Amino acid sequence: MSRIDRRFAALKMAGRTGLIPFVTAGDPSPEHMVVLMHALVDAGADIIELGVPFSDPMADGPVIQHASERAIAKGIGLAQVLAWVTAFRERDTDTPIVLMGYLNPVEIHGYVRFASEAAKAGVDGVLLVDCPLEEAAVLQPLRDAGLQQILLAAPTTAPARMAQLCGSAEGFLYYVSFAGITGAAQLNTADIAARVAEIRRQSKAPVAVGFGIRDATSARAIAEFADAVVIGSALVDRLDGATSAEDITARTHAFLAPIRAALDVH
Amino acid sequence: MNKIVDFNAYPDAQGRFGNYGGSYVAETLMAPLAELTEAYLRLREDPEFIAELDHDLKHYVGRPSPIYHAERLSKHVGGARILLKREDLNHTGAHKINNTVGQALVAKRMGKPRIIAETGAGQHGVASATVAARLGLKCVVYMGAVDIERQKINVYRMKLLGADVVPVTSGSKTLKDALNEAMRDWVTNVADTFYIIGTVAGPHPYPLMVRDFNAIVGREARAQMLEQYGRLPDVLTACVGGGSNAIGLFHAFLNDADVRIVGAEAAGEGIATGHHAASLAAGRPGVLHGNRTYVLCDDNGQITETHSVSAGLDYPGVGPEHAFLKDANRAEYVGVTDDEALKAFHLLARTEGILAALESSHAVAQAMKLARDMPKDGIVLCNLSGRGDKDVHTIAAREGVDV
Repeated sequence: MSRIDRRFAALKMAGRTGLIPFVTAGDPSPEHMVVLMHALVDAGADIIELGVPFSDPMADGPVIQHASERAIAKGIGLAQVLAWVTAFRERDTDTPIVLMGYLNPVEIHGYVRFASEAAKAGVDGVLLVDCPLEEAAVLQPLRDAGLQQILLAAPTTAPARMAQLCGSAEGFLYYVSFAGITGAAQLNTADIAARVAEIRRQSKAPVAVGFGIRDATSARAIAEFADAVVIGSALVDRLDGATSAEDITARTHAFLAPIRAALDVH
Repeated sequence: MNKIVDFNAYPDAQGRFGNYGGSYVAETLMAPLAELTEAYLRLREDPEFIAELDHDLKHYVGRPSPIYHAERLSKHVGGARILLKREDLNHTGAHKINNTVGQALVAKRMGKPRIIAETGAGQHGVASATVAARLGLKCVVYMGAVDIERQKINVYRMKLLGADVVPVTSGSKTLKDALNEAMRDWVTNVADTFYIIGTVAGPHPYPLMVRDFNAIVGREARAQMLEQYGRLPDVLTACVGGGSNAIGLFHAFLNDADVRIVGAEAAGEGIATGHHAASLAAGRPGVLHGNRTYVLCDDNGQITETHSVSAGLDYPGVGPEHAFLKDANRAEYVGVTDDEALKAFHLLARTEGILAALESSHAVAQAMKLARDMPKDGIVLCNLSGRGDKDVHTIAAREGVDV
């Protein structure tokens, strides 16, 4: 059983909704990246989504684009991201880590090399936004190394394709709450609930919902039917400009604590 | 080549040209891409659609464009005859209209009232705004803030045609970032929007569709060669940014094994300086903008900023079919510097009375290099993909002239 599977099993046992914060690796501060990762867990994160900076993030809105640009300007690449995961694992061997990003950095690093280095560092899964199921054959070395490929489903996903995604899902299925880019806000909870129900009829995989969730209220609404909520842009925006470890930790707690509390209300 | 390859057999059903191409996009776009692929594969066999396209190409674009023997240029160079395929004479002044006329008809058939486009030099933006105006479609063009600055005339042309031009300020603020932003628009407005990609890149079916619409260039040129010269050219050349005019000229000749094919990429200030946009000559296989192809990137996989005096060649990727042709050794791709292109621009202006686009001037420079080493009865066919009116300010500024 993978670390992600164990985490969702534990959440289910406890009757809790998972909280999956997204941060861009290297932002706001490369020096305090590991501090930030531990702060996320202390503030209630169940899984960490770590964004690998990419120069051309086609699916991301301005907040995450700019975070990527800042990280790239500081020279952050895949090797550094994996070094942070290794350092994080010295103190935390339970919290699953999913690397989220785009295919080119992995392709250039080399699939076989990435797979072995990521597994060794303690990465549990990858969510490669521009690598749909049809192109996922290149990721075989990752699967061989035990890394789970987190698949996305979207409002535009047709029924036949949804069945295919559900059949291939591992770790969890990430439902994109609306057709758009990260950070936009146009949640239609009823529509999302209906689509998540459709997924549940076809798959045992836990369903995480992301895009457009930005605070305790929106997280609580999604928690009515999702196994986990993903929060990215709003958190990245809140962290922007923090430079000290204290400030990063304080902002992380101030942002995530109310969301964690809202998710835990029964 | 060792074995016979049927180049008409590509791409396959998944949009792959050998190892290149494919559909590397976010899940949200998979459904609209499937819808587009289905519609386009149907329309390309539909006699009514083909007749409508042919009619528009003849009566609106002004096709066929001639092949013209540039005698004084050829004589100046010494060596083979240089023939120019005059895509600069098309309506809107470049080959780009071949594709936008086609895609706009697809958009109309699919019932999409809004079109979006990305543009670098502005030629594709103008060509998109043009067909949108003609069909009464709303048009939004994404353009890098840097490109807006260096292609002011085309920005104004687009506005005159009723398009909204949206400046893109992310990343390097050039063509690649405009493409990202257009993709973000499309993912947000998939229901009513048709994305007219301007080059043979992007996810399947774009490399196929854009190639098909530009392949009229090579089909015409091949027939014109046989009719007027009784033979095929010895060598073809065209400039390659994304590669739409090049694939347009090359495609009809791919199975003519005796015809040599040379693509001219932007070597900028020289490939050794790192300031260039020669993805095939100096890049490596990677994934960008929805397809696997040759890209310019660093060891972290970050796409690098490119340089070319011509905005239309300033792109860090290239169409996947070109990547395939390079690996198959069917086409060669070489670099032409800013200075070489500018020299060719001036020489063509003075010897033939033709102001070529800076993009096309790269092809002219390459045609001159090729012709020089060939016998006098040889023929180099060069795609003069666009006219240079849009570039006169850039050239004047570069040469210290106040206009």
